[in-house]
Formats: sequence, C-alpha cells, structure tokens
Amino acid sequence: MSTEKTRLQRIFEWHEARLPLVGFIDHAVGTKYPAPKNLNYFWNFGFLAGFMLLTMIMTGVFLAMNYTANIHMAFDSVERIMRDVNFGWLIRYMHSNGASFFFIVVYIHIFRGLYYGSYKSPREVLWWIGVIILILMMATAFMGYVLPWGQMSFWGATVITNLFTAIPVVGKAITTLLWGGFSVDNPTLNRFFALHFLLPFVILGVVFLHIWALHIPGSNNPLGIEAAPGDKIPFHPYYTAKDAFGLGVFLLVYFSVVFWAPNMLGDPVNYVKANPLVTPASIVPEWYLLPFYAILRSIPDKLLGVIAMFGSLLLLFVLPWLDTSRIRSATFRPIYKILFWVLVVNMIVLGWCGAQHPEGLPLILSRIGTFWYFFHMIILLPVVGWIETPKPLPASISQPVMAAQPAE
Amino acid sequence: MRKVLFGAVAALALSLPLAAMSAEEEIHLPKQEWSFNGVLGKFDKQQVQRGFQVYKEVCSACHSLQYFAFRNLADLGYSEAQVKTLAATYEIQDGPDDNGDMFKRKGKASDYMPKPFANDQAARASNGGALPPDLSLMTKAREGGPDYVYNLLLGYEDTPPAGVTLMPGMNYNKYFPGHQIGMAKQIQDGLLTYADGAPNDAAHIAKDVTAFLHWVAEPKLEARHDTGVRVILYTLLFTVLAYLAKRQIWSRIEH
Repeated sequence: MSTEKTRLQRIFEWHEARLPLVGFIDHAVGTKYPAPKNLNYFWNFGFLAGFMLLTMIMTGVFLAMNYTANIHMAFDSVERIMRDVNFGWLIRYMHSNGASFFFIVVYIHIFRGLYYGSYKSPREVLWWIGVIILILMMATAFMGYVLPWGQMSFWGATVITNLFTAIPVVGKAITTLLWGGFSVDNPTLNRFFALHFLLPFVILGVVFLHIWALHIPGSNNPLGIEAAPGDKIPFHPYYTAKDAFGLGVFLLVYFSVVFWAPNMLGDPVNYVKANPLVTPASIVPEWYLLPFYAILRSIPDKLLGVIAMFGSLLLLFVLPWLDTSRIRSATFRPIYKILFWVLVVNMIVLGWCGAQHPEGLPLILSRIGTFWYFFHMIILLPVVGWIETPKPLPASISQPVMAAQPAE
Repeated sequence: MRKVLFGAVAALALSLPLAAMSAEEEIHLPKQEWSFNGVLGKFDKQQVQRGFQVYKEVCSACHSLQYFAFRNLADLGYSEAQVKTLAATYEIQDGPDDNGDMFKRKGKASDYMPKPFANDQAARASNGGALPPDLSLMTKAREGGPDYVYNLLLGYEDTPPAGVTLMPGMNYNKYFPGHQIGMAKQIQDGLLTYADGAPNDAAHIAKDVTAFLHWVAEPKLEARHDTGVRVILYTLLFTVLAYLAKRQIWSRIEH
C-alpha cells in the first residue's frame, strides 16, 4: 500500500482542519475519550438513555405528522394512526412504551449513580444537569400522556395542573395560564402539544451539557477511586462494543413489550375518549411518576404535599453535600450499602402506594415511605458519612484485578 | 457486580408481597383460550366472521362501532365484491346535496358502520337512561381485555345474591364492576344460526363476538406478531454478534 494520501483523505483532512466534526465525536465517545477499564454493565444505561431519547424524538416526529391537537379530533387521530397510517401502530407503540423504557433506563442510571457515588466531587455539576434532565423528562412525559385525549389524559392533566392552585397568591393565575382558560380544554391540549414537541429538543441540548460535564472529570467507576492513566482504555472500541451488546439485550426486552404486550404498561381507561362529565374510578399517573404521586398524597395538606413532592426532586440538587462521606462507591461503605437498598425498596413501595386509593394500608405505607425518603436524604446521609468506617480502598483499579489472578 | 445484582433481586423480592395485596378486591376473570394470544397468535377468521354476524344481528341495535369501516372486512377474507354488497345493505346519510338537503344513499366500502342512534341523548332515551358504549376499543378499554368482555356477556344471574337490591332497570352481572349493569342479558343458547353452521350455544356466541371485537380494537395484531418475530430474530443475531465482537475486542487487554 502506498503512503500517499488519497484524494478523499485530503478532502477529509481539509474539512477537519476547519470544522473537526469527526474529531469532536472521537473526543466525545471515540478513541480520544479515556474511560476506566473496570466499568460494569450498569454503565451501559447512560448510552441507553441517549438511545431512547433519539428513539422518542424520531418516532415522535412521525406521530406529530399524523396527530391532530384538537379535543374533538385528537383521540380519533390517534386511532387513525393505529389503523390507517402505514406502520402507525408500530410507531405509536414504540413511542408510548418508549416513554416507559426511557424511564426504566434513566432510573437504573440514577440508582447506579447513587450506589457508586457518582454525584460526589468533582461531578456535582454533572449530577445537577442529570437532575434537570429528569425533571424535564417528567414534564415532557406528563404532557405527552395528555395528547391522546383519553380519560386518563384528561383527568391526569386536571389533577396535576390543579396542584399549582396550592401555591399562595399566584397559584390560581399560574393554573389559568397553564390551562389557557378556566379548565383543562382545547387551549390546554394545544399548548401541551407545542411544549411536548419543544421539550425533547431542550433535553437533547441539556444532554450535550451532561456529556460535556462528564468529560471534564471523566467517568466514575465501580471502585469509586481515581483512575490512573494506565487504568484507562479508549471509549472506542472497548465501550462502544460493550454498549452495542448491552443495546442488543435491552432491545430484546423493549421489542418484546412493543410487539407482544404493548398495552401492558398503560391504563385501559385511556382507550376511552376524554369526558369531563365522567370521572374514572381512580386517577393515577403512569408508573414512572407513582412514587412522587404517593409522596404528594401522603400529606393531608395540599400545599405541603406539593412542596414535599417537588422537594423530593429538588433535594437531589444538594445531595452531593448531604452525603458527607468522601468514599464514593458503596462497595466500601457497609452502612450506606444497606441504606441504598432500603431506599430502593422504599421507592418501589411508594410506587405501589401511588397506584392505590390513598386510604388504609397504602396511606400508612406512603407516609412511612415519604418520611423515610426525607429521613434518608436529610438525616441519615450526613450522619452515616460521619460515623461509618469504610473498608480499605484499593490503591488502584488494577490492584484488585491483579490480586484476583493466580500468581505465575 | 454480582453483589449489586443480588441486591436488586432481593429488593424486588421484598416488594413482591405488595403486588399480591393489591389483587385482593379484584373480581376474578376466568381466563379463556384465544387464537390471537401467544407469540404467533392470529385471528381465527371464521370465528371473527361469525362474531361479525353476532354484532350485526344483535349488538348493533344499541352499540356503535365508530372506527370500523366496511373496507376493513377485506382483512377477514371477504372479497371486494362481497364487501361492496354488504356495505350496500346499509343506508348512509350523506349530503348536503345541491339543494342543501341531506339525503340517504347506499353504503360504500369506504363508509364506516352507521351508528344506531343519532346522538348520545337519543341512545340514553331508548335505553332507560343508560348509554350503550361504542365497542370499537372495548377489549382494550377494560381491565382484563377480551376475557372481561367474554365473561361479562355470560356473567348474568337472573336472581341477584341475597342482600343485593337492584336499582330499577338494572341487571345483576358477576363480572361488572359494582355488579349492576344497564344492559340486559343478550347472549343465550340458539340466539342466532350461523351461516357456517358452527355451534351456537351461549359460550360459543360470546367467544365469537369477543374475538370480533378484539379484531376491531386491534386490527394490526397479526402484522404486529409477524413483524415482532422478524425483529426479535434480527435483534438476537445482532446481540450475539455484538457479544462476540465485544469479547474479541476485550481480549486484547487485561481486565
């Protein structure tokens, strides 16, 4: 082979010298991004979240081409997509289940961050941006759920927008502004559609910030110790290959639901057209919002409930300072590790409570769950950080790996 | 990693009793065998055709089917001519004509099934105040789906259990939430004679019409299962190749 550059290579280099598009990607997720070599499969979920965001945007654009944002036509237009639009059923089921899978992936991503202390110095800003993405996702998902204009769309929108009336003085005005009138009606649907189209692109922009903020300190790792340059490997081909395999496994689960149980995660009532005169037996949000809905309803006072619900999310912003331990990974924190799993169970219990009528056992459990969430965040995290004796940290990422191998 | 996975499984296991608790008040629906269930599930076209006959001769007196167009019948194996002939047996309101008047004309394949009542008020007036719901999405719009619809159709009891007082005009149904339903018992043995001579006892009729309703609610089910199998096979191949590639690439370094 000759060492002479081909014409194509020269054109490529001419362009890269002026706008290094390929170099940018190479630095972001390619050969120029050194990542710790001990990342486990829980580190796949950031990539999977990005993948789901793009899936949602792409399926969403095609849905928007066939959807009509008008209270008299929205439900019918969705049924037209399901029946008469080529592959409309596939695009819609991928989008509606995609929302659930996006949240599954993101929740695992967040709990991975909690377990391995990825929010701690120097990654606080990276964590903040992640919390912002979560809040934007919740707003986007909520508004997207309103668009088909089924019974739960309408009543969910009514319940959630009514929360803002709890804000003193300006609450009523804010709610009127959200509704574009004096109840959830056509103007509400129109502005929700506009915002549901806009916000994913805002999320996309914030995801860029998230990746940028990730590249300053670099990826955390399961041991939570700084990775020496010798313990790092280029993202491509190592983690692109690992992510590709993870994507395959994820898609098998996602597609199984899309093709064989596309309505499993949805509420049947949403296949009934919205009717402001008929209230469904129980009004519940989609599963991914249930823990926060349980926190809201666990408190008898409306304003305090709203504060607790939003507070539970906003508290995540100060998490890096609430956790006083300087050890990142729960692997070396015996007490925190237990608390972590208690918190996981706590969130699942809250999620279950959110789907029940707020009375009897579910109400008691959701009160305990709400108390525990705040107790964990505000009291236990700082105190445990002070009193806990961490296990000895390995000197480097290679050390435990080497030690595990038989001496030759 | 293994410990983390163990923790995740333990956390889920600890939360499982909740799922059992939430089921305590629900009405138990005996599950049915449906040809459209399963990985390769398909509609039994003969059964769905019989179900269409039941809808046409019985249900359509009160229940609309607004998302069902005559052209959809082509998917059940009806020929174009058969669909046209069948559509022509219906009268469709059209218009206005050049004089500004509405007129009636024979149905075309592109027409949707005409509704039995002009509006909800008319429907209520003819049904003792109860509104017969549209059935196009019924098997997806109720908890339990086709099993619910099937059991509901057969779940009537002539005399309600002791202690239950029915409101005037209501009927007792084991499977209806609250047990008091406006619709009277419709499905009974020998209600109609099938064109294909299939058994016409109540259970068969209920099953046929439920299958028909599920076809109306989910007309792309067969395409979905078909595409799904292809997509899963492709993804499986991709996953295996990705795994082998990953293993090969990672073998270059110690880890």
